Amino acid sequence: MQAVGDILGEYGWDFLEGTWLTIQLVVICGILGLLIAVPVALARLSENRLVHGLATAYSLFFRGTPLLVQVFLIYFGLGQFAWVRDSILWPLLREAYVCALLTFSLNTAAYSGEILRGGILAVPRGEVEAARAAGMSPFTAYRLVILPRALSIALPAYSNEVIILMKGTALASTITLLELMGMSQLAASATYQPILVFGIAGVIYYLLTLVISRLFTVLERRYNRYMVVAR
Amino acid sequence: MQNLIDYFPLLMQGLKLTLMLAVSTLVVGLVLGLLLALAKMSPRAWVSRPAFAVTNFLRGIPEFLVLLVIYYGGTQVLNEVLGLPVEVSPFGAGLTALSLVFGAYASETFRGAFQSVPKGQVEAGRAYGFSAWQCFRLIQLPQIWKVAIPGLGNLWQGTVKDTALVSVIGLDDLMRKSNQAAQSTREPFNFYLFAALIFLAITLVSMLVLAGLEKRASRGVRR
Repeated sequence: MQAVGDILGEYGWDFLEGTWLTIQLVVICGILGLLIAVPVALARLSENRLVHGLATAYSLFFRGTPLLVQVFLIYFGLGQFAWVRDSILWPLLREAYVCALLTFSLNTAAYSGEILRGGILAVPRGEVEAARAAGMSPFTAYRLVILPRALSIALPAYSNEVIILMKGTALASTITLLELMGMSQLAASATYQPILVFGIAGVIYYLLTLVISRLFTVLERRYNRYMVVAR
Repeated sequence: MQNLIDYFPLLMQGLKLTLMLAVSTLVVGLVLGLLLALAKMSPRAWVSRPAFAVTNFLRGIPEFLVLLVIYYGGTQVLNEVLGLPVEVSPFGAGLTALSLVFGAYASETFRGAFQSVPKGQVEAGRAYGFSAWQCFRLIQLPQIWKVAIPGLGNLWQGTVKDTALVSVIGLDDLMRKSNQAAQSTREPFNFYLFAALIFLAITLVSMLVLAGLEKRASRGVRR
């Protein structure tokens, strides 16, 4: 206990800073991922074979390969090409932070896209037909009826995906980012107390998991309240 | 392209280690998952409570963190507590960490599957004079696969991908071999993409095998 106190006294601030960066990564990638997931889900459901094929390949690639490979592919890999290094985006793509955001967003979008696709397919057929019969254009029907319903149906599965995203952000430490995992690695090697330091990090990660699942319970209650009324 | 051909044998050596780690993890993880599931279903609170606590915690923290605790922490324990001047091998640490994670998730899958077997069947077995172990082995176990295989299949896919993490602590797997090739040839994109495609191939083959297994496990079910 004494040792835990010492570590928190010396590295408490670092843990907080690391946790803050982890939270940033989760929130930004969660939002970006969801924004990308909507077109991915729609493209996966498209009847146009080219659009469908491209979306399926994207989804398969990001779900079928290790996140670590994806992180390295974007952070180390992109610099291989002269045209990338010469482009105006290079100052951004050189940054580990931007690469981490990009990778995690693309990765979580592939998984969320599948979840959302399931949600869209689960919207009762009659509701879609009713929207069309009421004179809504396909776009309006999607915006006002199908997507909101699909999102609320997909919410429980999506909360798991956010927890997986949070755990995935630990890999940002492999490309020099000092989020919670990176900070812990520094502290562990400085104190020679890997068990205690990683133990503290584990508790913080576990608390974040609890907070996320709690948050989604509240969201579910809010957005699925009509289901309770209908009972 | 020439570089890729030159490094191909090296990468295949790495792939062998990746597959060995994944398969060993599957075997140890399945056993661990079954034991944890049985512990969770135990009527004794001092058995079930810790099992729930440990698996919930393991499922709530990054796999990468589990790996580093086992690797660095394991060495610390061996050195300081047991006084042994040895280091945990990357393979041993990887196997332990990935099996713990696999077991933690698998215990939930197994628990759900056990609950899908009607209680009356076990009671009937007991009434016929089967021992508890015989009921487990001959009545419950054959039936749980049907329910458990899709979930276990997803876990297997996750484990294959998680083996890449072990390259960070120095296991010479496909990922680390790709790292080395990427650095010495200065063609990181090509080599990481190649590694990614190999993983993708494993995923696709696994999907086919799993579909077959699922079909086989549910052959007793009338559609």
